[in-house]
Amino acid sequence: MKYKVIDGLKYTKQHEWARQENSIAAVGLSDYAQDKLGEIVFVELPDVGSEVEAGKSAAVIESVKAVADLYAPVDGKVTEVNEALLDQPEVINQDPYGEGWVFKVEIKDEGQMDALMDKSTYEEFIIKEEEEE
Amino acid sequence: MGGNHYLPLSDVDRCDMLKEIGVDSIDDLFSDIPQEVRFKRDLDLPPAMSELEAIKHLNYLAAKNKHLNNCTSFMGAGVYDHFIPSVIKHITGRSEFYTSYTPYQPEISQGILQAIFEYQTMICQLTGMDVANASMYDGGTAVAEGAIMGVGATRRSKALVSRSVSPFYRAVLQNYFNSRGLELEEIPLKDGSTDFSKLEAMIDDQVASVVVQQPNFFGLVEDLDGVAEIIHKHKAVMIVSVDPISLPLLKAPADYGADIVVGEGQSLGVPPSFGGPLLGIMSARNKFVRQLPGRIAGETVDSEGNRGFVLTLQTREQHIRREKASSNICSNEALVALAAAVYMASMGPQGMREVAEQCVQKAAYACEKISALDGYDMAFKGQNFKEFAVKVPAKPEQLNKQLLQKSILGGVDVSPFYPEMENTMLFAVTEKRTREEIDTLVRELEGLK
Amino acid sequence: MRKHKALLFEMGRAGRCGYSLPSSDVPEKAVDELLPGNMQRKEQLELPELSEVEVVRHYTELSTRNFGVDTGFYPLGSCTMKYNPKVNEEVAALPGFAFMHPCQPEDTAQGALELYYNMEQSLKELTGMDRFTMQPAAGAHGELTGLMVIQAYHRHRGDQQRNKVLIPVTAHGTNPATVTMAGYEVIQIPADERGNVDLEALKEAVDETTSALMLTNPSTLGLFEEEIMEMAKVVHEAGGLLYYDGANLNAIMGYARPGDMGFDVVHLNIHKTLSTPHGGGGPGSGPVGVKERLAPFLPKPLVDKKDDQFHFNYDLPNSIGKVHSFYGNFGVVIKAYNYVCMMGGAGLKQASTDAVLNANYLASLLQKNYYIPYDRIRKHEFVVSAKPEKKKGAGAGDIAKALLDRGFHPPTVYFPLIVDEALMTEPTDTESKETLDNYARAMEEIARAIEENAEKVAASPYNTVVGRLDEVRAARSPVLRWQKE
Repeated sequence: MKYKVIDGLKYTKQHEWARQENSIAAVGLSDYAQDKLGEIVFVELPDVGSEVEAGKSAAVIESVKAVADLYAPVDGKVTEVNEALLDQPEVINQDPYGEGWVFKVEIKDEGQMDALMDKSTYEEFIIKEEEEE
Repeated sequence: MGGNHYLPLSDVDRCDMLKEIGVDSIDDLFSDIPQEVRFKRDLDLPPAMSELEAIKHLNYLAAKNKHLNNCTSFMGAGVYDHFIPSVIKHITGRSEFYTSYTPYQPEISQGILQAIFEYQTMICQLTGMDVANASMYDGGTAVAEGAIMGVGATRRSKALVSRSVSPFYRAVLQNYFNSRGLELEEIPLKDGSTDFSKLEAMIDDQVASVVVQQPNFFGLVEDLDGVAEIIHKHKAVMIVSVDPISLPLLKAPADYGADIVVGEGQSLGVPPSFGGPLLGIMSARNKFVRQLPGRIAGETVDSEGNRGFVLTLQTREQHIRREKASSNICSNEALVALAAAVYMASMGPQGMREVAEQCVQKAAYACEKISALDGYDMAFKGQNFKEFAVKVPAKPEQLNKQLLQKSILGGVDVSPFYPEMENTMLFAVTEKRTREEIDTLVRELEGLK
Repeated sequence: MRKHKALLFEMGRAGRCGYSLPSSDVPEKAVDELLPGNMQRKEQLELPELSEVEVVRHYTELSTRNFGVDTGFYPLGSCTMKYNPKVNEEVAALPGFAFMHPCQPEDTAQGALELYYNMEQSLKELTGMDRFTMQPAAGAHGELTGLMVIQAYHRHRGDQQRNKVLIPVTAHGTNPATVTMAGYEVIQIPADERGNVDLEALKEAVDETTSALMLTNPSTLGLFEEEIMEMAKVVHEAGGLLYYDGANLNAIMGYARPGDMGFDVVHLNIHKTLSTPHGGGGPGSGPVGVKERLAPFLPKPLVDKKDDQFHFNYDLPNSIGKVHSFYGNFGVVIKAYNYVCMMGGAGLKQASTDAVLNANYLASLLQKNYYIPYDRIRKHEFVVSAKPEKKKGAGAGDIAKALLDRGFHPPTVYFPLIVDEALMTEPTDTESKETLDNYARAMEEIARAIEENAEKVAASPYNTVVGRLDEVRAARSPVLRWQKE
């Protein structure tokens, strides 16, 4: 696999990942997504305390000539945002699963987390997307 | 055929090319147009003219018009008869500039990109703002888009606009707001200026933008101290429309708290052209940079580390963000911005100041002389920049007609835009007017009442 | 030798000036007497201080770092970069046009009004529409004006629920943003395998909330919509209107007219089709034409003729109002008018003929080395897909840069979005066969260069005044103005 996919995370069809710790999920962009977008130049973060909805845009990620919405993987209240990205958006390119996390959300419905893809399902999903290209 | 020489293909070329394509005739190239929509007759347009005939025809039409070069003009209302240094047309007439498209390929567009970058810088130097764009269509659309920026930044849906803002701009603003389903309210006048005592009562947490003009439509310098504080207390955005020619003498809008500064840039070395092409100025504080509409040039480096310029922050724009773009503007007034840049570079701080000073001095002289006439009165108390409103003793249309016989383009009639101001004329006096021309106007007005 | 060019702000000396003004001859007063103290600027403006010759050399050098139609071939797709006749510039600069004031009395502006009037008659004939406004200052401005007119029409009829505008994927790029500007929602319609709008998808999307369909015909693929009459019927039957984006009118002048295809509103880009220069980004002009039933909603004023006198008609109670402070880009309209006068009906048709012939010829040459999807007769432009080249290591953007090294302005890259690695190519009517042959040879050479060493092509350009510019850096840490150290 050309793209890094990490065990223990959950993935969406729009290529976000979610890492659960207790009732909080950290959310970011998968390695595949950051590679497709190219060099990221700007990130628009949600407000702390705002409510995000699964499948709806929660943040905006921009490269030089593309704009991508980052969709919330689950419903919930935003508890923290990664303000470091405002000055250094390129961190998403460099470390998408670590320092490149975008925001954290308080999980309302555990069922929504369970419905997301695991590592192997997501890898198959990427392979299929690549073939369609 | 008159314009045949613009089409280089010969009949032999056409034949050879059809062969290469693999079709028999020109008609085959249009076979995809369904029969029922084919245009089956010849276009009924006037017969083609040769270049000489066209020049004659256009000269004939132009000769029917009066203009600022064969009349003495006191018309303003947003478009002014300022002196245009000769260098400007020689620079904008360089076809490497004027025959190029928007600089999508920066490596072969460094000329216009650097010129835009320098233009942006000089607009910021005038207004005190942090960023400026490459231009809007005109003052009216710049005002409208400025108010919409406020809507985008605050996520609110209403704007307040002073009745002292140009009625031409307010008409455009009203239309843009109607279409979008946004609400617009007018702050009333008090003695020709914005009645800011009403602002506190009108502003609420639905108001996104407050638009004022400096100097205002009547040429009055408004007292804008403290206005930003009221606007910002309600977390709304202050938009000021300026005449850039006034800024060497007047405070930079940044210094009294403006958030977005827009305006008409025609004063900066651009011919009036019957109202277009003009130049929409658009500048703002840094925090609004992502709401800015239109093109922006930015500095960067090339693969070898040399400084160069590109169109940047393009994700705001229509071709990338599509339906979520900050505006739909694509073509702007780049060549007019280039003219303005050459003007500012040629005049420099000293020349710009001298123009502004002569405007103020000459307008004050004219104003004093006219209001001393029997039957003529200043419409408003207050201090004016280069334009002033006068109550006149007859219908402005009549006065203008008679002034024209002396080859004077008189003042703009205000009453169509302000029905409450009957028999009121707006006179503009630029640095181009001489004492003799002003005295002639005064003498004629005296004889006309 | 590559070298940066000094900025205005890095040149000059304090006290130098590049202007000459007469001294004031009126009695002077102290500025403090004339302007309120609290609104006066305290410090001197911070502008460059240069002599006239420095200004002239600065801008002359900048102009040598710029590429225009006069420099060379400029096949920028959907931008119709045809030659801009010199005589247009000359007549537009006549003082009897360029130095008119927009507020001067109508009887002193008869020549200008006559020009507007005549131009309207010509545009009506060219498009099959009933009335035109010249107020919009650019194509996108025309789109917005057109949608405002459509909106006013529906609102006037009490048809308030129409809040959606349909846009095919092959439409001109500005359309979606325009729709939002007018307060509408965008519904995107896919294309079928032939590159036409997918008629079934259109039928499905159309309903009582449809305000309009915005169509570019021929599309940005350079293809004529073969089912246009059926599309018009579908939209009209649902109570929607048809909007024609005139960006590509250069393909069909004298062959077909939007008004005969069922369109209710059109805008033209006269800085494309009618030869006026684009000025490095503008000014353009985007007249909007409508069918009779929409005429009452056009911006005011319109120009009317009565007893051989021309006048501005403001008596339009249902008009949307104004979209421009005055009457649009008059200076640009003059140039287009002169062009129409010189071309005449047959000349304009010949221009479209040659534009289409040139496009099909060039496509035929390029097809030998490149993949051009939708293999059918094209109109004025075509789209090369550099997807195979991209796989080898140099995509559309790299081919564009390699063209710079060979003295050509590249096609529009990465648009339309439905073609991967798109190079949207529009040769226009004013190019000779030799130019097209040379371009095709350059493209062939680039194809070979990619086979041999794609990496080298991907590092193009090599011969330009600056190398490839770092757009990521420009966007990440924006420097949007010069600032004193």
